[in-house]
Amino acid sequence: MSSTVMHSNHAVAHDDHAHHDTGGNTVFGFWLYLMTDCILFASVFATYAVLVNHTAGGPSGKDIFELPYVLGETALLLVSSCTYGFAMIAAHRGFKGQTLAWLAATFVLGAGFIGMELNEFHHLIAEGFGPDKSAFLSSFFTLVGMHGLHVTAGLVWMIVMMLQVSRRGLTDRNNTRLMCLSLFWHFLDIVWICVFTIVYLMGTI
Amino acid sequence: MFGKLTLEAVPFHEPIIMITLAVVAIAGLGIFGAITYYRKWGYLWTEWLTSVDHKKIGVMYILVALIMLLRGFADAIMMRGQLAIAEGASQGYLPPEHYDQIFTAHGVIMIIFMAMPFMVGLMNIAVPLQIGARDVAFPFLNSLSFWLFVAGAILVNVSLGVGEFARTGWVAYPPLAELGYSPGVGVDYYIWALQLSGLGTLLTGVNFLVTVFKMRAPGMTLMKMPVFTWTCTFTNILIIASFPILTATLALLSLDRYLDMHFFTNELGGNAMMYINLFWAWGHPEVYILILPAFGIFSEVISTFSGKKLFGYTSMIWASGAITVLGFVVWLHHFFTMGSGANVNAFFGVATMVISVPTGVKLFNWLFTMFRGRVQFTTPVLWTLGFMVTFTVGGMTGVLLAVPGADYVLHNSLFLIAHFHNTIIGGAVFGYLAGFTFWFPKAFGFKLDERLGKGAFWCWITGFFVAFMPLYILGFMGMTRRLNHYDNPMWQPYLIVAFFGAGLILCGILFQLAQLVVSLRNRESLRDVTGDPWGGRTLEWSTSSPPPFYNFAVTPTVRALDAFQDMKERGEAYLRPDHYAPIHMPKNTSAGVIIGLLGAVFGFALVWHIWWLGAVSFIGMIATFIARSYNEDVDYYVQPDEIERVENRHHANFAAPRSVLNTQPVAEQI
Repeated sequence: MSSTVMHSNHAVAHDDHAHHDTGGNTVFGFWLYLMTDCILFASVFATYAVLVNHTAGGPSGKDIFELPYVLGETALLLVSSCTYGFAMIAAHRGFKGQTLAWLAATFVLGAGFIGMELNEFHHLIAEGFGPDKSAFLSSFFTLVGMHGLHVTAGLVWMIVMMLQVSRRGLTDRNNTRLMCLSLFWHFLDIVWICVFTIVYLMGTI
Repeated sequence: MFGKLTLEAVPFHEPIIMITLAVVAIAGLGIFGAITYYRKWGYLWTEWLTSVDHKKIGVMYILVALIMLLRGFADAIMMRGQLAIAEGASQGYLPPEHYDQIFTAHGVIMIIFMAMPFMVGLMNIAVPLQIGARDVAFPFLNSLSFWLFVAGAILVNVSLGVGEFARTGWVAYPPLAELGYSPGVGVDYYIWALQLSGLGTLLTGVNFLVTVFKMRAPGMTLMKMPVFTWTCTFTNILIIASFPILTATLALLSLDRYLDMHFFTNELGGNAMMYINLFWAWGHPEVYILILPAFGIFSEVISTFSGKKLFGYTSMIWASGAITVLGFVVWLHHFFTMGSGANVNAFFGVATMVISVPTGVKLFNWLFTMFRGRVQFTTPVLWTLGFMVTFTVGGMTGVLLAVPGADYVLHNSLFLIAHFHNTIIGGAVFGYLAGFTFWFPKAFGFKLDERLGKGAFWCWITGFFVAFMPLYILGFMGMTRRLNHYDNPMWQPYLIVAFFGAGLILCGILFQLAQLVVSLRNRESLRDVTGDPWGGRTLEWSTSSPPPFYNFAVTPTVRALDAFQDMKERGEAYLRPDHYAPIHMPKNTSAGVIIGLLGAVFGFALVWHIWWLGAVSFIGMIATFIARSYNEDVDYYVQPDEIERVENRHHANFAAPRSVLNTQPVAEQI
């Protein structure tokens, strides 16, 4: 019957291509996810742009933004991207201890950024400029806060990665995940540059 | 402790709802009892609920879609029944606050919880097989997508018995959807149901794009991909580009409702039109998300049953691509009456009309595929022919509505309702039903009864025209949508006719249920032993029906478009290798179902402001995900001797009829 033998040259040639190189697939998939995240931010940026002048008698950006403070915040986040880059270099070289150290440095800088942001929010709300006061403040808190939530998620992820690297070392799986987190972290940096420019710089002009 | 939730949330005083709940409860207990009696919980858990097999996930998607179709249709026929009688002095049986929930639930269910899962289910079953892959790129994520969608479906159904659903229409426009005008929990149910299922859809989009771009069989270049895979790919591009907008929009609406912000409110600088723009920036691509895979199904069906390759494959792909792009520049036609000015309206009107050009290209392609073919009038072909007529009518009324001047007259009238049902039922639903019949034997190993299938088709299509043509006329007569009562005796005859149309569609649905039962009973005589019941042209037909869990014992090598037809012509189909190599497969996981169900709890907690439960379930979701990331035992190798056993069984199955099969591929089997 049907058990005619195939020409064996392509019988086993591609037997399990489907799950080879899953690391590449994961990074590509994560990249696609980041693009969707990009659209998420774009929607909120657009909303901010529409509502930025709807201050409803409340303060505008000029009245509440403190550029030097935000510049400090920005510096923390940008430097944290550098330290993450060093973590990746160390990971590529297979230096587990160095990788962990750089990750820890990145974590501290990221946590500092979040702390500063929370402090800024706290002050604004305490002064009576909370997100419920005007459409402008709603969109400001939401745009900046959404970025902050992303960074927080990145910090949680970083803790998980530090635990996994210290426990299992720089395995293929962990390296792929470090790569994804790297993309995520740098992506958030780029988004922050847009926030800094569009919200803070343009807001204080 | 329980937030806003009290016993009064259960509508004991509404007999219609209580009877429905009683029926659901009895049916639920019956199913629960049956599973327990036959000791099937273990089987259900290990083989289905925790499965990461794309075929099983696809089947589960479609099962939920069919259940939701029944629920959405029950809403529809209740509305038609109400309008058939609620003229003048008669108030009908649905009070306004209930009627408002029904039309909202009908829209949400039919779009998000019927059409979407039906489409995603067919995509799950067919796409990996069509590209010769063993699974999707991220099998666990696929399971998670499904369960997040189920979480949304659970919330919509819970809203029936606990609290209420939104009374805002399926678009939930503010300021009506804001706390001031919708203080109840209805809009919150709406928000969390859509957020959870939307997240699932987004992950599906990412998953299938990676699958299609990275896991095609060797030799399958992009322009050798089957048309259905192509249209699904465009749909997935639309999904990842548009669903984040929905997520953002609903998040902003929730911030308005939960944290007293002012994005879309009337006060303190909010702008409701911002919501409407954002909503349709997702909503319009969404209708192409629904229709493009249906176009793909029609293409597969018409080429298979005409026994010819698809006419104009390349133009079909480019037309789909053009629709994908144009789908993003037409959203404003949903609110020409907003008053953006003549030039803006003109741009969006013209862009809308332009979409009919690539769609027309497709229609001619299908017609020319049939031309000089030997068309077999099977059920899927009937759905396709019915689609061509119905969709063309719907397309033309769409072009009419795309004229801003005409839209000012017809906006929000029943003409619009007739138009979009014309395209969604006549386009998407007919397509999914064609695909359901077409791929059913692939998924289950036996064909569906043809006679009952044809009965279903004729009831659906006549029912459709009887139900919706009067609505076009009523639109011209000035009847607006979302009325539960009217004072114009001129309208009533048309509404009675429309009610009978809905009754005909009900007959169609009953035929389909009967078809499932009868086919299951006659499954031995309807058995598809070869894996290729229709004389198929693409790779999914080259493996057994149902396919083994690893899909292909040997990854196929593709040399031409319609790869399997090409293999058959070369005499290379069904050949077996001298030995098998181990196959790398993912293991099942319970993480998807756990995260999904916790998601449902999370949504429910937020709807009722039960903050502690919300926090616990959210942390539970994250913790499950992290715990899953620690598990490195996620895959295994299927050994050659097992593959050999499975393959021997399949090949032995059709050893006998094989010679007949080669000379006469389909005719006698239909």
